Amino acid sequence: MQGFGEILALAFDLVLSGDGDLAEIVWLSLRVSISATLLACLIGLPLGAVLAIARFPGRNAAIVLVNALMGLPPVVVGLLVYLHLSRAGPLGFLGLLYTPTAMIIAQTILIAPIVAALSRQVLEELHAEYAETFRSLALSGRQTLAALLWDGRFALVTVALAGFGRAVAEVGAVMIVGGNIDHATRVMTTAIALETSRGNLALAMALGVILMMLALGVNAAVHSLRLTATRWSHA
Amino acid sequence: MTPRALCNTPTLFAFTAAFAFWAGPSFAAEPILVQSTTSTANSGLYDHLLPQFQEATGLEVRVVAVGTGQAIKNAANCDGDVLLVHAKAAEEAFVASGGGVSRTDLMFNDFVLVGPASDPAGIAGGEDVLAALARIAESGSPFVSRGDDSGTHKKERALWEDAGATPGDEAGAWYREAGSGMGATLNVAVGMDAYTLTDRASWISFGNKAAHRIVVEGDERLFNQYGVILGNPEACPSVNAEGGQAFIDWLLSENGQEAIASFTVAGQQLFFPNAPGHD
Amino acid sequence: MREAVIGRSLEGEAVSAGAGLSFRDVGYSIAGRRLIDGMTVDVPDRGVTVVMGPNGAGKSLFLRLAHGLIHADEGAIRWGDAPVGRSVARDQALVFQTPVLLRRSVAANVDFVLKSRGRASVEMRETLLRRVGLTGFARVAARRLSGGEQQRLQMARALATEPRVLLLDEPTASLDPASTAAIELIVRDVALRGVKVIFVTHDVGQARRLADDVVFLANGRAVEQGAAERFFDAPRSPEADAYLQGKLIL
Repeated sequence: MQGFGEILALAFDLVLSGDGDLAEIVWLSLRVSISATLLACLIGLPLGAVLAIARFPGRNAAIVLVNALMGLPPVVVGLLVYLHLSRAGPLGFLGLLYTPTAMIIAQTILIAPIVAALSRQVLEELHAEYAETFRSLALSGRQTLAALLWDGRFALVTVALAGFGRAVAEVGAVMIVGGNIDHATRVMTTAIALETSRGNLALAMALGVILMMLALGVNAAVHSLRLTATRWSHA
Repeated sequence: MTPRALCNTPTLFAFTAAFAFWAGPSFAAEPILVQSTTSTANSGLYDHLLPQFQEATGLEVRVVAVGTGQAIKNAANCDGDVLLVHAKAAEEAFVASGGGVSRTDLMFNDFVLVGPASDPAGIAGGEDVLAALARIAESGSPFVSRGDDSGTHKKERALWEDAGATPGDEAGAWYREAGSGMGATLNVAVGMDAYTLTDRASWISFGNKAAHRIVVEGDERLFNQYGVILGNPEACPSVNAEGGQAFIDWLLSENGQEAIASFTVAGQQLFFPNAPGHD
Repeated sequence: MREAVIGRSLEGEAVSAGAGLSFRDVGYSIAGRRLIDGMTVDVPDRGVTVVMGPNGAGKSLFLRLAHGLIHADEGAIRWGDAPVGRSVARDQALVFQTPVLLRRSVAANVDFVLKSRGRASVEMRETLLRRVGLTGFARVAARRLSGGEQQRLQMARALATEPRVLLLDEPTASLDPASTAAIELIVRDVALRGVKVIFVTHDVGQARRLADDVVFLANGRAVEQGAAERFFDAPRSPEADAYLQGKLIL
C-alpha cells in the first residue's frame, strides 16, 4: 500500500503528463454534472420557490417528501432510469441508454430534490423577511417569486454547488446508465471504481485526488464569479 | 451583456459552436455495443483488441463491463449488440430463448483458487480443486464468493456442489458473499485473508495482490470458456446486427484470434483463442 | 360628491369621511388577546394625521389593518366607499419602522417598485432619489447605507408607487435628529402635493411638528381624535393628558 505522498505525486504526474484519456474523462465528468446541475436548478428552483411561498393543502407533506428524496440512493436512481431507457423499457426507442444524455438524466433526478429542498429553505427565510413589504407593494405571485430568486441568488448558487457536488461525486447512477464505456461514458467516478476493481488502488486514489481538485476548481471559479458580481452590483 | 448583444451573428455562432462542443461529437457509423464480462475488460484485453479492429474496419466498439449474469440480462433487454461472457449453460439458454442468434466458442483460460500466504486450510500447491474446497469447508477457513450471479460465481457454486460441500446458511461465519465484481471481490479477499475463486486473467492483471497467491491451479474442472453471441435482431430490432456480426467475424478470424493470443500482462498470455477452425 | 356624515368624532363634531379612512367597531385578536378592542375612528381624507399613543396601544396594528396587511376579526374598515383590500392597497404605500430593502443597489430598489407599477425610467428614479436626498447614491448597495439613508430609500420606494395615501409606522424611531428632520421634510413635501399621510409616532415633539389632526390610541381603542392644535392645547381624555405631560401610563 502506497503512502499518501506517493498518491499525490501520482496524481500530479497524471495531470502534468497531459494524458488525453484523463482530459477526456475530466471533461465528460464536468459536462455531465454541470448539465445535470443546470437542469436540476431549472426544475428544483421553481419547485423550491413554490414550496417556500405558496400555501396549499398537502404542502407539508410535499416538503417532507422532497426532503426525503434528498436521500435517494444513486443506484436506485440509476436502476429507475435504466428501466425506462432500456430498449425493453418505455423510452427505449430513444436509444439513450449508455450515452452521456442518460447520465445527465439520472444525475438530474438525483439532485433536483436537493436543489428543491435547499432552495425551499433559503427562499422561505428570505420570504419571511420580505413578505410584508411585498404584500404592501401589492406584488403579484410571479413578481414575488422573481424577486426572491434574484435576491437569494448568492445563497442559491451555494445550493446549486451542493447539487453539483453530489452529482460529480456519485458513481452508482452513472455506472448503470452510462456503462462506464471507454471514450464514451467513462467519468471520474466510474474510472475510480474501475481502477479499484483492477486493484490499482494508488491510481484510483490519484484519480480521486484529481476529482477533488476538480470540485475545488469549480467551487473556486463560482466563488470568484460571485465576488466579482457582488463588487459590480455594489460598485 | 445586453439582450441585443446576444442576438448578433458572431455571438450566435459562438453559442452554437459552444453548444456543439458541449453536446459532444457525433459518430458517422453506429457504434457496436458489447455487453461483456468484467475479466476481459478489467485485464485490458479490449484496449488491446479494439484499436486493431477499428483499424481493420473503421467501426467503433463500446464495451459495457458487468458480471456475466447482468450482461445476459442487459442483452435480453436488447441493450447490446454482442454478448461476450463465460457461462456456457446460461449462454445456451439465452440463445435458446431467442435472445441471441448463435453462440460460438471464442477463447479460454482457467480459474484459479487464490488465498493468503498463511494458507490456513493447508491446500497450497494442490491440483484437485474439489479436495481443496472440501478442506476449506472442513477447516472453516474464510472464503469470499462473488455472490453476484456472474460466470465466476456460477462456476464456484457448481464446484462446491461437485465437492459435496455446498455452504449453507450455517456457513455464514467463514463463507462470505461480496455481491461484487471480480476486482472488488479480490480486494475483499485480500482484506479478509480469505480464499476466493478467480479467473486467471483478472488475477494476473490485479494490482493489489498483497501477500495473496495462487494456491490451486491446473484442475481440468477449472477450465474457463468464453463465448460470443450476436443479439437477435428479430427479437430486438434495435440491434446493430451488421456491426455486431462484423465484430464477431473479426474476433473469430485469423487476425482476431492472433490478436487475442498476443495479449499479455506481465509477460503472461491471459486468453487462449479456440474459435472453431483455428486449431 | 360629498359622502354622508357617518358618525361622530369624540369631540362631538360631525366630520366628513370623504375618501377618508373609517374604522367601525373593529376588533382584532392574536392568540386570544384582544389587541384592538371595538375601535371606531374617522380619519379625514386630507392633511397629515398623526396616530399617537403609548406602547401597546395598537398603533402598528391600526396601520396594518388600514392597509389590509392583516384582517379585522370584526367590524368594518373602509376607505371612502371601498372596503380595505388589494385594490385599495395599490394606491397606498406603507413605510415600515425597519426598512426591508432588497439586496440590490439603491437604484435597483427604486427600479423594482417602478417596474412593478409598469413605469420604470431613469428620469423617474433620479427624480425620486433627488426628492429624498439620495442623489449620487444610485449604485451603492442598499444594505450598506446608514439607517437614515435606508429609511430615506424606503421613502423613495414608497413614493415610487405614486400613492394617494402614505402610511408611516414610526419611521424615525431609531434615527438621529438630522435623519429625522430629513424624513419629516419629505413627509411635509408629500402632504403638500395632496397625498394623505397617516403617521404613527410616540414622539410628542414630532407629532406637534407634523400633525394637522391627531388620533390618540390607548389599550386598543381610539380614545381621542381631533384637530392638532386643540388636542395639544387641551386634551380631553385623561390618558392623552397624562401622555402629553410625559407621565407613564400604567
